[in-house]
Amino acid sequence: MNVLNFVNAFFSDSAHWHGYDGIPQRLLEHVQYSLLALALAAAIGLPVGLLTGHTGRGGNALAFIATAARALPSFGLLVLIVIVMGFGLLPVMIPLVVLAVPPILVTTYEAVRTVDPSPVDAARGMGMHESRILFQVELPVALPLILSGLRSAAIQIVSTATIAAYVSLGGLGRYIVDGLYQRDYEKVVGGATLVAVLALVTLALFWVAGRVAVSPGVRRR
Amino acid sequence: MAAVALTAAAALLAGCSSKDSSDNPLAGEKAKAGTVVVGSNNFAESTLLADIYGEALKAKGIEVTYKHNIGSRETSYGLMKNGSVTVLPEYNGSLLAYLDPKAEQKSPDAVNEAVKTKLDKRLTLLQSSPAENKDSVTLNAETAEKYKLTASSTLADLKDAAPDLVIGGSPEFQTRQQGLKGLKSVYGLEFKSFKALDAGGPLTQAALAKNTIQAADVFTTDPTIVKEKFVVLKDPENLFGFANVTPLVNKSGLNQKGVDALDAVSAELDTKTLLKLDAQVQLEKKDPLEVATAWLKSAGLN
Amino acid sequence: MNGFFDIPSDLQHSYAGLIGLHLREALLPVLAGLLLALPLAQLCVRFRWLYPPVLGATTILYAVPSLAFFVVLIDYTGQTELTVMIPLAVYSLVVLLPAIVDGVRSVPQETLAAATAMGFGPVRRYVQVQLPIAVPAIIAGLRVATVSSISLVSVGTLIGNQGALGNLLADAQKYDRPELAVNSVITTAVLAIACDALLVLLRVALTPWMPNGTRRRPKTSVRQPLPAPQDVTR
Repeated sequence: MNVLNFVNAFFSDSAHWHGYDGIPQRLLEHVQYSLLALALAAAIGLPVGLLTGHTGRGGNALAFIATAARALPSFGLLVLIVIVMGFGLLPVMIPLVVLAVPPILVTTYEAVRTVDPSPVDAARGMGMHESRILFQVELPVALPLILSGLRSAAIQIVSTATIAAYVSLGGLGRYIVDGLYQRDYEKVVGGATLVAVLALVTLALFWVAGRVAVSPGVRRR
Repeated sequence: MAAVALTAAAALLAGCSSKDSSDNPLAGEKAKAGTVVVGSNNFAESTLLADIYGEALKAKGIEVTYKHNIGSRETSYGLMKNGSVTVLPEYNGSLLAYLDPKAEQKSPDAVNEAVKTKLDKRLTLLQSSPAENKDSVTLNAETAEKYKLTASSTLADLKDAAPDLVIGGSPEFQTRQQGLKGLKSVYGLEFKSFKALDAGGPLTQAALAKNTIQAADVFTTDPTIVKEKFVVLKDPENLFGFANVTPLVNKSGLNQKGVDALDAVSAELDTKTLLKLDAQVQLEKKDPLEVATAWLKSAGLN
Repeated sequence: MNGFFDIPSDLQHSYAGLIGLHLREALLPVLAGLLLALPLAQLCVRFRWLYPPVLGATTILYAVPSLAFFVVLIDYTGQTELTVMIPLAVYSLVVLLPAIVDGVRSVPQETLAAATAMGFGPVRRYVQVQLPIAVPAIIAGLRVATVSSISLVSVGTLIGNQGALGNLLADAQKYDRPELAVNSVITTAVLAIACDALLVLLRVALTPWMPNGTRRRPKTSVRQPLPAPQDVTR
């Protein structure tokens, strides 16, 4: 298949390896956007999800917000915000965060809410403070599911950040959009390969994080 | 391999299911016999010119369909060759630079002759109009002032400043001879970096006005040049060549009546007219099709 | 020509026409994905060893950004709707396959045994017993696939006006008319919510044995997979 030839040609061209349009620079930009967006989304989604999950309240409101946020088209939102606000990092962060909050929020809520109530009751009976119950009893049990929510969000961010190149942002999407207009398939296929690899690396990182962070007792299920 | 099989199967299914829904000519990109497909690229003037060509052809009783916003010349030229598009508004010198980056551009007529020898055998250029719209390297007022450059400065004068400047343009500007490549080889200009925007459209205009970029590829017919006090640098080496609006045509798709209709349009269209029509679309936000029909009417071409 | 609903002539469609086009470009691929996923899922359930490699292959395809997929396909299918719909069908398949497999696998062993005892063959058992019981899981997958498909169609605007309502975004930029982008975003979101709601209604209609009230999730025990935490939109 000639796609492989394109991949090969793209990566063996030394011009693609340095400068502001080189692979290291574009990769760095892509990782930066992705990490920033994930951090922002987690800063919103995790506390709200933990709190609502712990109290068991607000599930319907969360479901509603998540459905509404999911329905917003990321690409459209991006173009709209750039037209209205102009360039910059912020216009790109907004759609990425909107995209990433629902999976984090909903899974965190579900994860904490569905923790087996008996150890929670036992902890409460022992006189544990509510915040300690949340962080020392519920959180460890809920962690695998919470991580899966973060993982979904991260993958979505990595592939969606591609489209930001359409509004002149850097990142790996640069190769795909430039390749489209320059009719340079090498670039398109090379860029797509890099994004796909980055997504798979993200998956792998979350798998490792799961091995390290989740307590062995919980992991077994 | 499973993946490939899946894709193929998906393709098949998607194909079958969509063929039933009648109204779109999905089955093939080839134009129906006798129908002229007028294409345009992804900037406002291209759409406007395509509408002018299309409506002029319709006025002569020719059946016309449109294929707008194709993308860049790199893509639309391919669609012209394979017959998916019959007529496309082009710019003679820019087309020549695409076909042969090294070609010299001495006069519009010489350019047209050169283009015709380089074109795919199925294609030809019709008569050029006097209307011209070139690429240019344009600075914002702030940058021009900082480096003491004026409308009488040339691209060569930019040599010392260039390494400090970010230049913007369409993604294809990065790899074109009439773009970063030529600016380097002809004028020795190397910019700090390149920012990919749109083809002289609002993204580029806004980025230049806000000093996100200090220089940009702006079309010389762009009404914002005057509005924003942008400074267009002179091009003594004629890197950007001639850029007369000229119909590019697939020979088998257009009869003599059609050729005559487009020649009549080109005879009437000069730079002043084009500027006026562009301003109606880009500043007054009129629909290009309305602007096109109104102009054809006023020029007696409908 | 500054109105919210003044669609630029170069899109060659009315507002309603764009909506129809958008729905077709978004929903046909989901349908194609479903039709492919059903037999494939059955195979994966029958032959367990098949599931991991199939899932792996589809996950890799899923990691390819939509725009790159479109651009590569242009060479084969041109600047057409089909070029937009093929990747969307693949993405739908990737979302639906695990949803169906998990749904079908969740059917209790006793139920299957009962069906076999009644003389059902494997195909009949799949269609008449396993699939209906898996309906909630399948519809959860369909909801994700549909909403993401509706959102992704817009990206087709980059390959020559093939993005239906998304074409308004390119024109909003080209003519500097932000209201067109607002129109595009709102209309697309409303379409997504409407289709999502229809699927919920469909589930209620198809699963008369479940109480109509939506939250019937037991506090502990088995949980339905939620629609949201899938790796969707790009």
